[in-house]
Amino acid sequence: MKPVRRVEGRIAVLDRADVDTDQIMPKQFIKRIDRTGYGESIFFEWAKKPDFELNRPEARGASILVVGRNFGCGSSREHAVWGLQDAGFEAVVAPSFGDIFRMNCLKIGLLPVVLPEEDVRALMNLGSGAALVVDLEEQTIGPFGFELDPYERQRLLEGLDDIALTLRREDEIAAFEAARPSPISTATL
Amino acid sequence: MPCVRLQATLGAETPAEPVADGHNARMGSTLFDRVWEAHVVEEPPGEPALLYVDLHLVHEVTSAQAFDGLRLAGRQVRRPDLTLATMDHNVPTDERPPDSLARAQLEALRRNCEEFGVPLFATGSGREGIVHIIGPELGLTQPGLTVVCGDSHTSTHGAFGALAFPIGTSEVEHVLATQTLPQHRPDTMLLDLSGDLPFGVTAKDVILGVIGRIGVAGGIGHVIEYAGEVIRGLSMEGRMTICNMSIEAGARAGIVAPDDTTFAFLEGRPAVPKGAEWERALDRWRALASDPDATYDRIVEIDVRELAPQVSWGTNPGMVVPVDGVVPDPATFADPCDRENAERALTYMALEPGTSIQDIQVDRVFIGSCTNARLEDLRNAARVVAGKRVAPSVRALVVPGSAGVKRQAEDEGLDRIFEAAGFEWRRAGCSMCLGMNADVLQPGERCASTSNRNFEGRQGRGGRTHLVSPETAAATALAGRFVDVRELALEPVA
Repeated sequence: MKPVRRVEGRIAVLDRADVDTDQIMPKQFIKRIDRTGYGESIFFEWAKKPDFELNRPEARGASILVVGRNFGCGSSREHAVWGLQDAGFEAVVAPSFGDIFRMNCLKIGLLPVVLPEEDVRALMNLGSGAALVVDLEEQTIGPFGFELDPYERQRLLEGLDDIALTLRREDEIAAFEAARPSPISTATL
Repeated sequence: MPCVRLQATLGAETPAEPVADGHNARMGSTLFDRVWEAHVVEEPPGEPALLYVDLHLVHEVTSAQAFDGLRLAGRQVRRPDLTLATMDHNVPTDERPPDSLARAQLEALRRNCEEFGVPLFATGSGREGIVHIIGPELGLTQPGLTVVCGDSHTSTHGAFGALAFPIGTSEVEHVLATQTLPQHRPDTMLLDLSGDLPFGVTAKDVILGVIGRIGVAGGIGHVIEYAGEVIRGLSMEGRMTICNMSIEAGARAGIVAPDDTTFAFLEGRPAVPKGAEWERALDRWRALASDPDATYDRIVEIDVRELAPQVSWGTNPGMVVPVDGVVPDPATFADPCDRENAERALTYMALEPGTSIQDIQVDRVFIGSCTNARLEDLRNAARVVAGKRVAPSVRALVVPGSAGVKRQAEDEGLDRIFEAAGFEWRRAGCSMCLGMNADVLQPGERCASTSNRNFEGRQGRGGRTHLVSPETAAATALAGRFVDVRELALEPVA
């Protein structure tokens, strides 16, 4: 994962609540087995409509997506966050996120910023195309501060590979397995 | 209009006692606490807990990139014997071959399982099925285990008192490589369901009613423990239906304390211990309940005595009304954000406020999915359609949840009942729940579906989904419009 420290760019506003990952990345695109190239498929059906918020010229080239509550609810498909990142987004700002979506963001280094609803509203009022700076080190976004779990923050700042970190705990995992043998096995079915 | 308004507080919600010092051992433990604590490998200060995973279920759609990641880093699957793969999302349920992308994805799973030594229940093996149906069917899903899968409906397995949560592909790779996951401890919610379930009202109606009440964001960050007399009275199939849709309320997971119903379901299944081991397992499992003085971060109480069969009218699973109700008027929604969502949903669904639900005609009926494609679901639907005919304007589909369910149903003659009534009887798979195979709605088609999501385009681009129980779906297929199953002359389920 590439380290995430500071996102300096323009915002795109999608003032909708409960946007599910089926909308962000429809089913026909999650049949692919590659990890890249999902950017052009985001919001595939909505994007066909000329008046879709992200089709506005001022939303083009934005790197910070500002959205309504419960963004990314529904399916666990990581393809949704791959697509957003591939389309140039480096941070997503919302009053709340679907849990799996938020975790997927953290895993790939797409910064999920949770703000109180009034702060999200204030950012939305700036309108798509407005310039904004998100600073993870300072934990600020424009004029606002934001919270992120210190461990996740550090991981993002350093771009740490989660799996490598866990593999360093091989001894602890092996000890756990020795103390508590698995009650099931899929090998004997 | 602001679409950032937070969910309104519930009328029926009791503010839980403040849990100032987190999860102090001196306080009563919840079922969740017990399962969580038994799986913490390590919890260094300031870091998430490293949680051990007992069972990792894998399918074709969310695993290919994870296996690629292992290959790139030269890593192995740490515990293939705790991993099981199946083919479900993409597989054809009839004679039509999979499209080239689907075939490549299924092939990739086969190759990956071979290379990394992961047991695979492939299409045509007679053992395949929807990942959340086969885990319980095999008896792999057991009380007190941790279960993960790269699929949001992993919450299904919580019905057994397992801590079962969905993960993304990066986490799939993590579990493949380490058999563990770093996890932040979620909050807990007790959902206490009291009252006698009225005739014709099913587990599906309960969970749709719950989501209607707490909202699709109501469970964010929480593990929901379902408790109360309603849960105790439900079969394992019903409990699975409820836990399955926890994710639709935004929850991390759903969990139910195991009891004799659970043990009776599990006994004799292939992966379940036998003899003295079985007795020892029972002793362990009986201890898996929340203490009477356990504390939760949130408590919601719902009385089901007035609950009616539910039908969704919109484009998320919280948009539900009783079958004897009408399509709501967005103008009546207090929250501007809900109002806007409702307006958008009604446009997509081509519905007018005030329309009686029972006046809405459907083109398609889908009985299937990890929510409602177990044997009991098929029996209940078959009971409604036996000796009757699907309305001429309706195309209706039954897709068993697994090859095993299909065999059992055929042994009981359910396939013949469905086919005689004009239903198509298909092979196992996720099918029209998400329309990754050829089973899709055409643009504008309206479907009564026993699945879990009515999102825009979920069952096919431009398709309009109404979520219902298997009984309601079956009755709707016959009438060509939504039906109140409480008015049918059926024998109550024993």
